[in-house]
Amino acid sequence: MQKTLNIITENVGQIRPDSVDEYIKIGGFEALKKAITMHPLEVIEEIKKSKLQGRGGAAYPTGIKWEQAYYVDKNPKYIICNADEGEPGTFKDKVILDYLPLRLIEGMTIAAYILKSPKGFIYIRGEYPESQRIVSSAIKEAEKMGYLGDDILGTGFSFHIEVLSGAGAYVCGENSALVESSEGKSGRPRIKPPFIKNSGYLGMPTLVNNVETFACVPYIVKEGGEKFAGYGTEFSGGTKLVCLSGNVKNRGVYEVPFGTTLRELIYDIGGGLPEGRKLKFVQLGGSSGPCIPESMLDIKICYKDLKVKGLTLGSGAILVVDDSNCIIDFLKCITEFFYHESCGKCTPCREGNKQLLALVNKFINGSATYNDLETIKKVGQIMKEAAFCGLGETAATAHLSLIKYFEEEFVEHINKKCRANICNFGGDKDGKR
Amino acid sequence: MVNQEIKQKIIEIIEKYKREKEKLVMVLLDVQKLTEFNYIDREWVNIIAEELDIPYTKVYDVLTFYSMFSTKPRGKYIIEICKSAPCHVNKSKEVVAIFEEVLGIKMGETTEDKIFTLQYTSCIGACDISPAVKIGEKVYGNLTKEKIIEIIKEYRGV
Ligand SMILES: Cc1cc2nc3c(=O)[nH]c(=O)nc-3n(C[C@H](O)[C@H](O)[C@H](O)COP(=O)(O)O)c2cc1C
Ligand code: SF4
Ligand code: FES
Repeated sequence: MQKTLNIITENVGQIRPDSVDEYIKIGGFEALKKAITMHPLEVIEEIKKSKLQGRGGAAYPTGIKWEQAYYVDKNPKYIICNADEGEPGTFKDKVILDYLPLRLIEGMTIAAYILKSPKGFIYIRGEYPESQRIVSSAIKEAEKMGYLGDDILGTGFSFHIEVLSGAGAYVCGENSALVESSEGKSGRPRIKPPFIKNSGYLGMPTLVNNVETFACVPYIVKEGGEKFAGYGTEFSGGTKLVCLSGNVKNRGVYEVPFGTTLRELIYDIGGGLPEGRKLKFVQLGGSSGPCIPESMLDIKICYKDLKVKGLTLGSGAILVVDDSNCIIDFLKCITEFFYHESCGKCTPCREGNKQLLALVNKFINGSATYNDLETIKKVGQIMKEAAFCGLGETAATAHLSLIKYFEEEFVEHINKKCRANICNFGGDKDGKR
Repeated sequence: MVNQEIKQKIIEIIEKYKREKEKLVMVLLDVQKLTEFNYIDREWVNIIAEELDIPYTKVYDVLTFYSMFSTKPRGKYIIEICKSAPCHVNKSKEVVAIFEEVLGIKMGETTEDKIFTLQYTSCIGACDISPAVKIGEKVYGNLTKEKIIEIIKEYRGV
């Protein structure tokens, strides 16, 4: 089997990102031309057949999402592309934004045509100023050439896209917070219902999809949903952009068919770990994802296979961590992230993260007890069940999974032992060497 | 006293966004770039609130919600060291120590000549070249002590 594919990343780096002419030479906008000859429900049918699931993290079936949006009887409908890419260890949307923005624009325009949407936004995180410029330029060029803007391809249909910038807040990736932020407000999640699909941007129906999700659409429309689905597994259609990072030789973004195992990804594609190091665990899907031991690497990248094991793929981040790292020190890094990023709206997350941080610090400075280990589990479970949005619900995923698979290292820390020699018990307060 | 020149520039930014309230975040991002000190003064918040007809407290809420904004003057170049997990396992702590040593300041501080501010950032999407830092809009990766000294020299020379 071929290890990597390029269905969505075809021609990355081979064309000028904002050149419509060069994009057309590689088959660009053929899907849009085809879509405008089809009935919206026919396009949606192809997307359903493709088994495409949202690539932003929640893996909601895209065809169903679009169908629901189609049947919402309220206008205007807005389209927002989620390019907030805030999940640590995720840098795959950046590849599309920087190298193939026209593929994203084409995917969004097809969605707009189906929903008769006059206006879309690409919300790009503030940390990617260069990507914002490239995408803005691509939008202008597409408008100039009649593939976007007024009277697209002489159909009388008009659709405009604007780039919006984030300003450094992870929670804004959550779809209702994204809408709040797009309206110029603080990005605190909204209560649901009403759902964004019914009442999103300025209270109007809004379709939110991830960059990679939109970028899959032109291929599906052009080649057919079945062909796209055929690359993947029975339950997960197509390919996935994965981001390999951490203690692994060939770090980077790779497009792999669903069904690839984590072991193939880390050792065959990633080249394994640097000399002399041993794999300790892998974190899937970014800081909000579970950490799993070496013994589980034969699991396939497939939404269903992962779900059976209680795991999720999230955004496609795959972080390899070697044995020079300490589980607790790693957990401190994760906990600080969520403590910083919690928007403070709900108690389980605001207070839960604070408590988790205090507990993790006890393990680092040698004052933890068995009771503290139980408390982490309890707090983590409460957050998972009671938090207002996905941030709080997943903030303790790393804690719970690390306790599940590496409990003995927590116990060692209770006995003031750190096998990686990172925690200096009774040293200075925050456990630094 | 509000500097009239700055006030004029703020109004121009607001006009550029067609006075739309929905563009508050975009306006604040642009306003923060008006001076070398990478911050938004309270006086300017007043102007923005008035011109966009949004309550002052609301503008202030937005300003303090997002981590890219600062209400205090900072250095000309903001050095943001990534502290997310992929950089962490590639020993970003050592990078912090080197920057602190070379610049003679601690995390969160600004050098006396007001050229550099050192702060943390969450992942900047450069995990493939971690440990990574962002200086202004530029990203640097695979950092070593030699490389860091070289980079600082480059900026000091500017
Ligand atoms: C805290 C949090 C952060 C998120 N960040 C992102 C993000 O950066 N990019 C993204 O596409 N989706 C993100 N999501 C998922 C979105 O809420 C939403 O499910 C997604 O954008 C829908 O698009 P999709 O169906 O194409 O995946 C985040 C969710 C949560 C709870
Ligand atoms: S879970 Fe956290 S981020 Fe989400 S609303 Fe509650 S406090 Fe805010
Ligand atoms: S974790 Fe540092 S750049 Fe992504």
